[in-house]
Amino acid sequence: MVSQDLYAQLHGVVVQRRDKAVLGPLDLDLSGGGFTIVLGPNGAGKTTLLKVLHGVDRLTSGSVSWTVPAKTVRQGQAYVFQRPIMLRRSVRANLAYPLQLLGLPKAEISACVAHWAARIGLSAELDVPAPRLSSGEQQKLALARALIRRPDTVFLDEPCSNLDGRSTREIEDILCDASAAGARIIMTTHDLGQARRLADRVLFLNKGQVEEQGPADRFFTAPKSPGAIAFLNGDIIE
Amino acid sequence: MIRAILITLTVAGTAASAETLRLAATTSFNNSGLSDVLLPAIAQDIGLDVQLLVVGTGQATRLGQSGDVDAIFVHSKSAELAFVAAGYGSHRREIMYNDFVLIGPSGDPAQVRAATSAIEALQSIASAQATFVSRGDDSGTHRKEMALWATADHDPADFAAWYREVGAGMGASLNSASAMNAYILADRASWLNFGNKGDHSLLFAGDPALFNQYSYLPVNPERHAHVKAQAAQALGNWLVSPRAERIINGYEIGGEALFVFNARP
Amino acid sequence: MNEIWAGMAEAFLLIWSLDADLIDITLRSLQVSLSALVIASALALPLATWLAIRRFRHRRFVIATMNALMGLPPVVVGLIVYLLLSRTGPFGVLGLLFTPAAMIIAQVIIITPLIASITHQAMRELWSDYHDLLISLNTTHGQRIATLIWDGRRALMTAALAGFGRAIGEVGAIMIVGGNIDHVTRVLTTAIALETGKGDFALALGLGFVLIALSLCVNLAIHTLSRTEREGLW
Repeated sequence: MVSQDLYAQLHGVVVQRRDKAVLGPLDLDLSGGGFTIVLGPNGAGKTTLLKVLHGVDRLTSGSVSWTVPAKTVRQGQAYVFQRPIMLRRSVRANLAYPLQLLGLPKAEISACVAHWAARIGLSAELDVPAPRLSSGEQQKLALARALIRRPDTVFLDEPCSNLDGRSTREIEDILCDASAAGARIIMTTHDLGQARRLADRVLFLNKGQVEEQGPADRFFTAPKSPGAIAFLNGDIIE
Repeated sequence: MIRAILITLTVAGTAASAETLRLAATTSFNNSGLSDVLLPAIAQDIGLDVQLLVVGTGQATRLGQSGDVDAIFVHSKSAELAFVAAGYGSHRREIMYNDFVLIGPSGDPAQVRAATSAIEALQSIASAQATFVSRGDDSGTHRKEMALWATADHDPADFAAWYREVGAGMGASLNSASAMNAYILADRASWLNFGNKGDHSLLFAGDPALFNQYSYLPVNPERHAHVKAQAAQALGNWLVSPRAERIINGYEIGGEALFVFNARP
Repeated sequence: MNEIWAGMAEAFLLIWSLDADLIDITLRSLQVSLSALVIASALALPLATWLAIRRFRHRRFVIATMNALMGLPPVVVGLIVYLLLSRTGPFGVLGLLFTPAAMIIAQVIIITPLIASITHQAMRELWSDYHDLLISLNTTHGQRIATLIWDGRRALMTAALAGFGRAIGEVGAIMIVGGNIDHVTRVLTTAIALETGKGDFALALGLGFVLIALSLCVNLAIHTLSRTEREGLW
């Protein structure tokens, strides 16, 4: 059973880029575990919302508060960026990096690295420079690097865009395992099929505003807002 | 990291310990090659490692004034007397002399060879407007040249483009003169030791007005407490010794003696 | 043209006979310039990296100043260091004038802005790459600087080599603050200036070729060392 507790609140959040609002003004309560899928047309502010929640994007005004103390928020979180950021190091060093930052003992780090390399099928490529991997491999590596610290919250920004079916399945498997182990997953996607497969709840974003928020089955079967209805119909939303 | 820097600097700074003395000497003393025979003899006789700073007389007196050297060895009598009078030097000791010579293109367009005195030689250069290279660096040689022009009733500031101040040491100035086919006043030692004579030759010498007295002046310890006064005293004593006399008088290039020892013990 | 051949012959002879003075001068050149390089790198690399990742009010001004300092005329640096270290100057009591330490100080001042500037360029690029990830991983400023320096080490090597090249070939400043004292502060460049002054072009040129060879060797050695690493992509 997925928890229903409140974990974060947004108060009057506004993000502007060159005087143009990309998000908000937004008041929002976020609760519950499992998969929260953020849907919406291009430019709706999905990525910005994720970054704001994670605290890597600056707010123009407003505030984001988590139920955990502000200083420790990001320690329990991980973020997988849409375009994977590879450290210019080997696969091994990329996996080890987040653990080294924590100052874990070497033996523990290499055990973790070996486990995750096997999990993403890159055991044979441990010494290959990460930037030389294919985009699917890079995405898997970025995911493993995000999960290696066992975060309680994982943000993923379109983790499967440009990936083939097989890589997509592998990534979804890993995510389901992480979710089963108790991680809360907040993810954007363009793939409605993927959203239906994974979502426990949906957050529908349009023009920087949350138009609809609720359990996934209700959203997909009986959307209320005109934007969501048009989106699910496959209409172009201008 | 600051510690690492300090250690590096200390190590580098103490690279030369032992009993050392810093002597600012004129370029001619070094270019002549005399320092190469004197310094080893000094090290051998009184165990003093003389660190030679080869500069012009102007800079040498400045170094002595600020206490950055322990003694100076220069050749410009008026500057030396002023140095002692102002209390920068404890005393002045005449050690030896050599002479200045006029160097120029072998063709001698200004007919300097025919001159009967140094003044006459310079006058003929000025009237022929033959290219002339001046050190222009406030060195002893430069001051000598200026004094000679003044005696000849000329002010180099009024000269046209044929008079060229290069602002360089003796060797570099000789190089310039050689390249410009110009006349130049040089000390005999530097000229004889110079490796790039080309088409130049010694055209005029021997006038007593061209004699060049070298003196040794220790920096006054009352002015700069850190100077090595004892070592400077020891060096001064050595420079007037019979051993120094033998080496200085015996120093020759191509069979020609360069310096005449004239210290009074 | 004859003099160039004579210079090459002289260089060959000097090296072949392992001339004691040549070895002394060469080692001192290396000692001074490598010390300056180590100190300048220790200052410039963290500073430039820090500048690349930090936003503060006068950042642009600091960067512009740093870039402008790259063009510092060595002779002026030499003169200022000379006046500072002279017995009548503020640091006169240290007695550093006319020692290798003074030459190292002058060279550090000359090459630090150069190394910092090249480093800053490279680090800014790398930082725009890594920015989101390193923020997301909740890294401290120290960890960010360390990560950027480690992953950008090839660019930093280039910066350091540029600094070394400028240091080892420098003559104006070290002539003034070192004094070109035989066996104490004479290095390859000042020896070349001295021999040129004596009109001994062959020896001067010989020393020049030794200097060029030395510079090449250091460059090749560092490149070979860095190539032994297997991560050859960047």
